[in-house]
Amino acid sequence: MIRKSLTVLVIDENHIRASIIEAGLREAGHEQVTVVHDVAGIARRIAEIEPDVIVIDLENPNRDMLENMFQLSRVVKRPIAMFVDRSDQASIEAAVAAGVSAYVVDGLRQERVKPILEMAISRFNAFSRMARELEEARSELEDRKVIDRAKGILMRSRGVSEDAAYTLLRKTAMNQNRKISEIAQSLVTAAGLLDPGES
Amino acid sequence: MAAEHQINAGFIPLFDSAVLVAAREIGFAAREGVDLTLSRETSWANIRDRIAIGHFDLAHMLGPMPIACNLGLTPLASDTIVPFSLGLGGNCVTVSNVVWAGMAAHGALPDLDPARAGKALGALIRERANAGRDPLRFAVVHPHSGHNYELRYWLAACGIDPSREIEIVIVPPPFMADALAAGRIDGYCAGEPWNSVSVAAGTGHIATVKAAIWRTSPEKVVGVRKAWAEKHPEALSALLRALHHAARWCQDPANRGELAALMAQPAFLGLHAAVQMPILSGHLQLGGGAERTVEDFFLPFDKAANFPWKSHALWFYTQMVRWGHVAHTPENLAIARDCYRPDLYRSALKPLGVALPGANSKVEGALASATPVGSAGASLVLGPDGFFDGQIFDPDEIDAYIAGQKLARAEA
Repeated sequence: MIRKSLTVLVIDENHIRASIIEAGLREAGHEQVTVVHDVAGIARRIAEIEPDVIVIDLENPNRDMLENMFQLSRVVKRPIAMFVDRSDQASIEAAVAAGVSAYVVDGLRQERVKPILEMAISRFNAFSRMARELEEARSELEDRKVIDRAKGILMRSRGVSEDAAYTLLRKTAMNQNRKISEIAQSLVTAAGLLDPGES
Repeated sequence: MAAEHQINAGFIPLFDSAVLVAAREIGFAAREGVDLTLSRETSWANIRDRIAIGHFDLAHMLGPMPIACNLGLTPLASDTIVPFSLGLGGNCVTVSNVVWAGMAAHGALPDLDPARAGKALGALIRERANAGRDPLRFAVVHPHSGHNYELRYWLAACGIDPSREIEIVIVPPPFMADALAAGRIDGYCAGEPWNSVSVAAGTGHIATVKAAIWRTSPEKVVGVRKAWAEKHPEALSALLRALHHAARWCQDPANRGELAALMAQPAFLGLHAAVQMPILSGHLQLGGGAERTVEDFFLPFDKAANFPWKSHALWFYTQMVRWGHVAHTPENLAIARDCYRPDLYRSALKPLGVALPGANSKVEGALASATPVGSAGASLVLGPDGFFDGQIFDPDEIDAYIAGQKLARAEA
């Protein structure tokens, strides 16, 4: 039996994440994917597209508006329900933890929706991981910069080598149970206060 | 020292989450041995989902929301109970400058009088209909909200059918002012500071307030996952005592500055402290230079504001029936009645020796003036609590009330 491929609407204000989801859906063979970043005029879009599945990120404050709209038959021709029934607690938990939710047209069989949801969950998780790693890399770079400046201050004011300056920072951090970057930041701030030309 | 109880709670960045925020930040929770973790959420749907899957044990909720959950009106509904109310009042109805000018031409005055404003709005609506113009579009924050029900109640009592003569849409509170300014909506009912924001921007007028439509009426509550409450009665009692102390602190005018500064922090509302003052003082700018001080505009503690009256839950239920959200059956009525749990509030607060109401339900709208009630020795003042149209809601006569409001609508 040939089944009509599902029409999927992705609502996500984050353009990068939305395109990651879209790519995933297309790789999985879903040709009819529409991405919307802004919910202005969403009722009309839904009426035009008639999606079988709607994927939305949980950060979107418009979920209440959308859920209310789904219950009004004059906006959507076919009733739309939340993605899973109560029996599938694991899917619900995985989706909420990943930060994604989905709504499906009533009567759509769960096994047809589940792969879409699972794909969305894994892509959301991958995106979060990527964003986290990016943030970590960024703050590591910042840390390194401030430590270099603190080392410079110590080398000049105490006439020590770079290694000795770093050892001093590390020892102070260990004694105070703080991160080296925090000690370095305090030193840079203090030096700036004492000598406005320094920082 | 590790806290005795770990509790995870969700909240929406609205001023009436203040009691939860103060419980944590001012230290009332810690004093009761509760390590209270607060997570800011972006939608009521997220709050509902995270309660259902156990991320949150309890949350800041719209008063009718737990009832709607228990009645199965929402997806992913889980049994939720209400042992504590987070305050009375706090909302306004704000309209665009154009609508206000139209209302003023039909006799509206900047005095917040719901009857006068409603009459003028009705005349404007009919004038527009006769001219073949689109119906006005009002926004509320959620279908199962005090906002939706008080807006509809006000309009219906003024002879306007809110289901046919206007359109009601859902807009998240922080977007209300922008939607009004952009002309996507013509008016809205929302909590503060989202009304004062429009007035300050010069794009809206406050037409009336919740406290004038129904004085000392219920708004947000603490919704608790029932399964969690049954498993952790001591943790819940400890938290309710912390919330009681926090609410008293929030009510004290001496703490207004500190509370406004606390709520202004980015982790909570992230809005300038000055924007929080109207809700705390009840002194509102209405637009066009008019101002008014509203008595009992928002009560986080006074007048038994934290007591989860069953009559409040039942009134919300009557409005759900009225607007077709649920059928009136003995089973549904019982679900609504059992949702609010004054028994849990009483048992948690009993050791404190504070004044508690003598009953679990009251006749709403019956007190024409402030009236001392409650247990012997301790003082507790209720009222005045009237509906602006003089109606009385007697929870023991619920069938008659529901039948009467249907008639009122048909005649409108």
